Amino acid sequence: MLRLFTRSTRNIPLCQRFSSTLTADKYPNIKRGDFGKINDEDINHFSKILSPNQLITDSNDITGYNQDWMKKYIGQSKLVLKPKTTEQVSEILKYCNQRKLAVVPQGGNTGLVGGSVPVFDEIVISLASMNNIRSFDQSSGILKVDAGVILENADNYLSENGYIFPLDLGAKGSCFVGGNVATNAGGLRLLRYGSLHGSVLGLEVVLADGTIYNSMHSLRKDNTGYDLKQLFIGSEGSLGIITGVSILCPARPKSVNVAFLGLENYEQVTKCFQKAKSELGEILSAFEFMDKDSQLLAAQTLKTTHPLCQDDIEGIESVPEYPFYVLLETSGSNKEHDDIKLEKFLEDVMESEIVVDGTVSQDEQQLKTLWTWREGIAEASQQFGGVYKYDVSLPLDSMYKLVESVKERLNELELSSTEDNKKPVYEAVGYGHIGDGNLHLNVAVREYNKEVEKALEPFVYEFIESHKGSISAEHGLGFQKKNYIKYSKSETEINMMKDLKKHYDPNGILNPYKYI
Amino acid sequence: MSSKIKILVPVKRVIDAALKPRINKTKTGIESQGVKFSINPFDDIAVEEACKIRKNNKGLVESIHAVTIGSTKAKEVLRTALARGADTSTLIEINEDKQIEPLAVSKILKKIVEKEGSNFVILGKQAIDDDSNQVGQMLAGLLGWSQATNAAKIIIENDNLIKVEREIDGGVEVIEAPLPIVITTDLRLNEPKFIKLPMMMKAKKKPLGVLKPEDLNVEINDRLETISLDVPPTRKAGVMVKNVDELISKLKELEKQA
Ligand SMILES: Cc1cc2nc3c(=O)[nH]c(=O)nc-3n(C[C@H](O)[C@H](O)[C@H](O)COP(=O)(O)OP(=O)(O)OC[C@H]3O[C@@H](n4cnc5c(N)ncnc54)[C@H](O)[C@@H]3O)c2cc1C
Repeated sequence: MLRLFTRSTRNIPLCQRFSSTLTADKYPNIKRGDFGKINDEDINHFSKILSPNQLITDSNDITGYNQDWMKKYIGQSKLVLKPKTTEQVSEILKYCNQRKLAVVPQGGNTGLVGGSVPVFDEIVISLASMNNIRSFDQSSGILKVDAGVILENADNYLSENGYIFPLDLGAKGSCFVGGNVATNAGGLRLLRYGSLHGSVLGLEVVLADGTIYNSMHSLRKDNTGYDLKQLFIGSEGSLGIITGVSILCPARPKSVNVAFLGLENYEQVTKCFQKAKSELGEILSAFEFMDKDSQLLAAQTLKTTHPLCQDDIEGIESVPEYPFYVLLETSGSNKEHDDIKLEKFLEDVMESEIVVDGTVSQDEQQLKTLWTWREGIAEASQQFGGVYKYDVSLPLDSMYKLVESVKERLNELELSSTEDNKKPVYEAVGYGHIGDGNLHLNVAVREYNKEVEKALEPFVYEFIESHKGSISAEHGLGFQKKNYIKYSKSETEINMMKDLKKHYDPNGILNPYKYI
Repeated sequence: MSSKIKILVPVKRVIDAALKPRINKTKTGIESQGVKFSINPFDDIAVEEACKIRKNNKGLVESIHAVTIGSTKAKEVLRTALARGADTSTLIEINEDKQIEPLAVSKILKKIVEKEGSNFVILGKQAIDDDSNQVGQMLAGLLGWSQATNAAKIIIENDNLIKVEREIDGGVEVIEAPLPIVITTDLRLNEPKFIKLPMMMKAKKKPLGVLKPEDLNVEINDRLETISLDVPPTRKAGVMVKNVDELISKLKELEKQA
């Protein structure tokens, strides 16, 4: 009886203890800016712009908007606005700008750097009610949507028309297209379809003073003046609120294969990638790597047998002994052609012992299952209470060294153990989009605490700087990395950015305390 | 144990189970252009079970032969079966647009059983494209063998007796029969594993013979004619009512409309 009791108290409070700490209390050095405070008059004014159900003031209903996906950042907003039209967004911002009321634009709230939630009492402007598909041109593949359309819904819609959204990521069921553009999300198929800087053709954005910038007319080629839309791609709500997106979508591949491979060391992973590029060429659409510990984490939440496990193990989740795994996807228009290429490639890598084990999906169900072992890592990383996430670009050969160094450091400081529940860190794992030189380092923790944070930062950033990488490959700066941009950008660059921000948002009401 | 088991596993290439089939423009069949095909999931379970029986009963199974009826594209599903562990395979080649009815399928399979000397046939309880659920039963009838349909568990008893568990309303039915036997598989029987690369490569070297129905002296006669295919009407969305009064007034409204 006693044992049972101690066990349950160990598990539960760890997750809860820290999820209730306000961001403002966790970071006492950050002071609330000189912004207006919401009063009844303000609420009255917003009630004139919006209908009652577009205004949330009940503190219970607001909780979800105040807290980020990782439950790491918690704000204290008292007001959420859910405009339905671009004009409503414009009127809201115009008023906020006059009253100097700070705002946070919020999409699906899946951002991983604390950018989508308030730090103090900023008004949350949620795009959730702007969720219409505006138009789709069957011949050009140009899709125009409201910013609040869920990525997966946009992709399902395109799928019915034979097209595909040029972006895919683990959070597709929750994140919004507008949020994707605001964060310049990279995702799983960047290797094939390139970045949003290329595929976004036009945007509709409301600036801080309520001005509506519109370039939704969408020409593929248009060399007249500065390409302003690029400013907003990856601006994380700091320059304006994106309300509409026009994006060029490629034809949906007719044949998709997924292979899942086991490898003996990191060097083989890079070799395998080289070979995949040269042998699979244009049909290679994803090349993701995962270390063994990331698979062990995933096994504990997926609770199914690992694809490369052959023996019938009952119950307990286990993963074979390969230090690295690769998920490789091909997409093409001709199945026979793709199959022959993939088979030849797999034979080569097996024969040359670059790959020691592997499997290929035989049907759609298996294909989806294989992807869960990659996409499930994000969620699995926070099953013990929380996760410190680093999303970095590094040269391929030194990429995994970062994970090794961090593991070593956490062990030396005696902060990490998979067994001892008293240690704050469970495990550090590495995985990511090798194809784009992008590593995800997830430090799965039982609690968020200063000691762990000090062990990791600036250690991780210094490592990246010394290896000429970027401290944020795709998740952005948000709140978490605001102070670390200097590790990746020069002073001149930072000053130019600050000038832009000052020019377009002189009162600094858009997503304060973040980005830059 | 006296006689060894020679297993035959018939498999079918069907539109992938995870996809939503679409009716073609002429409403005569299902759109197959640019659509992914895979092995019928129940047949995949049958192949997996055959391999499991071999693994769990050392020395008992002499051979596993996979057979499919289809166009040359159906070789794909034979490769899957071979990679899973079948030893040899046969494609009975027919024209790609040809739909072949359960009775004709059963007649062809009977010939293959005789040709291969099989005494144990295991196949899906139905193919998910036409959902006929007839071939196993018809084949057992034509052969005059025992049949056990919708198997959820198969146990090979020592005395060459096969014990099959079937899930029925409110419980499990256990049936026993000696060889030869036809067994059809239910979803519960097993969960096919991922196939490892070395097995896939080995499969490429395993025998894959091709025959025509004529070679087996089977005539394919259609007994059914498809007049037209249509999707079922979409159901109207329901309405939520707050209380009984609202329910009654809604019902009255509907009555007026009717
Ligand atoms: C499981 C999981 C997997 C992920 N995988 C990837 C991945 O592979 N690649 C990748 O790049 N990212 C990934 N992410 C993070 C990624 O940034 C987000 O998932 C997504 O792009 C954010 O969209 P969102 O609608 O949730 O935006 P939010 O989280 O709501 O907002 C993100 C930022 O954008 C701003 N913003 C949102 N909407 C607007 C708007 N309309 N106008 C102006 N500013 C706005 C917010 O203020 C905030 O700063 C992942 C996240 C999760 C949870």
